[in-house]
Amino acid sequence: MKKPKVFIANEIPKAAEEYIGQHCDYIMWDFSRRKTFQGIVDSIADVDGILEVGMKIDRDLLKHAPNLKVVSNISVGYNNYNIEDMKAMGVLGTNTPGVLDNTVADLIMGLVISSGRRIVEADADTKAGNWRKGEMDKFFGKDIHHSTLGIVGMGRIGEAVAKRAQGFDMDIIYYNRKRKEDAEKRLGARYMEMDQLLQKADFLVVMTPLTDETHHLIGEKELKKMKKEAFLINASRGPVVDEEALIKALQEDWIAGAGLDVYEREPIDKNNPLLQMKNVVTLPHIGSATRKTRDEMAVVAARALVEVLEKGDSPYIVPELRKR
Amino acid sequence: MSKPKVLIGYPVKDEIKEYVGEHCELIQMDYSKAITYDDIYERIDEVEGAVVLITPIDKKLLDKGKKLKVVSNITVGYNNFDIDEMKKAGVIGTHSPEILDDTVADFVMGLLISTARRITELNSFVKEGSWKKIENNHLMGLDVSGTKVGIIGMGRIGEEVARRCSLGFKMEVSYHNRSRKEEAEKKFGISYKPMDELLSESDFVVVLTPLTDETHHLMGEREFSLMKRNAILVNASRGPVVDEKALISALQEGRIAGAGLDVYEREPLDGDNPLLKMDNVVLSPHIAAGTQRTYDDLAWNAARCMVRILEGEEPLNVIPEMKI
Repeated sequence: MKKPKVFIANEIPKAAEEYIGQHCDYIMWDFSRRKTFQGIVDSIADVDGILEVGMKIDRDLLKHAPNLKVVSNISVGYNNYNIEDMKAMGVLGTNTPGVLDNTVADLIMGLVISSGRRIVEADADTKAGNWRKGEMDKFFGKDIHHSTLGIVGMGRIGEAVAKRAQGFDMDIIYYNRKRKEDAEKRLGARYMEMDQLLQKADFLVVMTPLTDETHHLIGEKELKKMKKEAFLINASRGPVVDEEALIKALQEDWIAGAGLDVYEREPIDKNNPLLQMKNVVTLPHIGSATRKTRDEMAVVAARALVEVLEKGDSPYIVPELRKR
Repeated sequence: MSKPKVLIGYPVKDEIKEYVGEHCELIQMDYSKAITYDDIYERIDEVEGAVVLITPIDKKLLDKGKKLKVVSNITVGYNNFDIDEMKKAGVIGTHSPEILDDTVADFVMGLLISTARRITELNSFVKEGSWKKIENNHLMGLDVSGTKVGIIGMGRIGEEVARRCSLGFKMEVSYHNRSRKEEAEKKFGISYKPMDELLSESDFVVVLTPLTDETHHLMGEREFSLMKRNAILVNASRGPVVDEKALISALQEGRIAGAGLDVYEREPLDGDNPLLKMDNVVLSPHIAAGTQRTYDDLAWNAARCMVRILEGEEPLNVIPEMKI
């Protein structure tokens, strides 16, 4: 039987590449070349599957791949999928939930502490040789322990963040479309309406996936409700936060600071005012970026891809595209 | 009866000065600039009590301060006290244990995650406009959760760090301490290990011992050579517990992966210290206990300890070496 053909659009670890090689014929993007739309179109003309990270998957692309059966996203977020177009053209899509929860939750606690305790700012100042005697209060920060952590979106990663926050005796409150009574019991988290959550949280952690409903979920109105000494933490997807409103909130001191791993445009524009702000920690979308986790994610994505190609189904198919 | 004269050698909030003023005669000092050892030396012969932060209480000072009965340190560490000379001079030393445990433990976790996930380095990378493509294989960090942490010095702060690591991050926690802490072992599921074993197995080595003759340069050339190549050192105790020269060469030669440091052999750090140039090292200017709330609580404690002794009440928080 002829092996299915796969296009690998991003660099992946050896283990994932070998796995695909055992089950499929594959071509890989030449990573010394800059990726172009035309280049991708040329690569997918006769493939059955695509393995990628964050590539826009819509009708414009799909019409160039008549044989395509499945796209596998090496990421948990799949807002790059145009679900309607994929449904219409009979292409399945998978993602990699679960594998990265702990790694992302670690980074979120890192953002909470490094923004609250001003670690990034203090490090830059110390490395610039500015440390003088008797300025102990220069980097006084906000206590993490016994402060209130507000989680917007209590999925698996939200729960993993709450678990960590328990170690710090934080008071955990959350908002979610539906209540998670199980998580409330396990993690001592309390459910709150959005407005109340915004007013109570010392650290507001945004953890929702990006959908039409969550686009600009945190805007001017929401930021105005937050405490002056509160911090906003976003490591989900950039457009969940209205960045213009956030910049205004930071410039006008509505809130104390922010810890960000994601932005409305990535890579971030070099003129973005956020880059000038000392009270904002800016990371280059590295929530899941540890060797071990990235390797595992690529292997999971490769397995999901092969599963769909060989059996027509996989537990990793995203909920909106699953067969009912 | 006239009130005893006292001085406060570091800026504290007005309520604390008022409290001290009710019980003692507080001499005026100029807090608009940093108060130095010399400033305190100049007035020391007038006072019976002093609240200080890290001012050396040495023979020279004690010889002049003939009326001195008590020196209350605002922080928990008291290596600024020359204990033998103080005993000879009949001066009681107090410090401020417990108050800062949580705040320091938070910061230790912040240093640990920031170093592992390269938060300070990658924040600069983004802020300098170097983030130019989505591909981020070169921005990988090290996982925190599920790894092994070894804590050297299991006092109260050590226990708070252990709690965060084991409960929050599901890390395997081992410790080394002069005496076994069986209660903590049960409470946090941690295990005692001989020093060399701890060093060679841990992904993170956290130093939390007080500075004494025995712990001076506890971490030296030999200890660094036992650590894993991908391990990270965190020090938030006292600088001289680590042989800084040995640490610098371990980092330069890639024998360990990085370090998160809040304390140094000389503070403030010298402008030409090689640590200032290292991207894989997070530096903070001795601010682990630095939040306004904690500082106020510490200063309150020091003021109360001083007043109690001068009023002949039962002393509080006398340093262990002076307890009867």
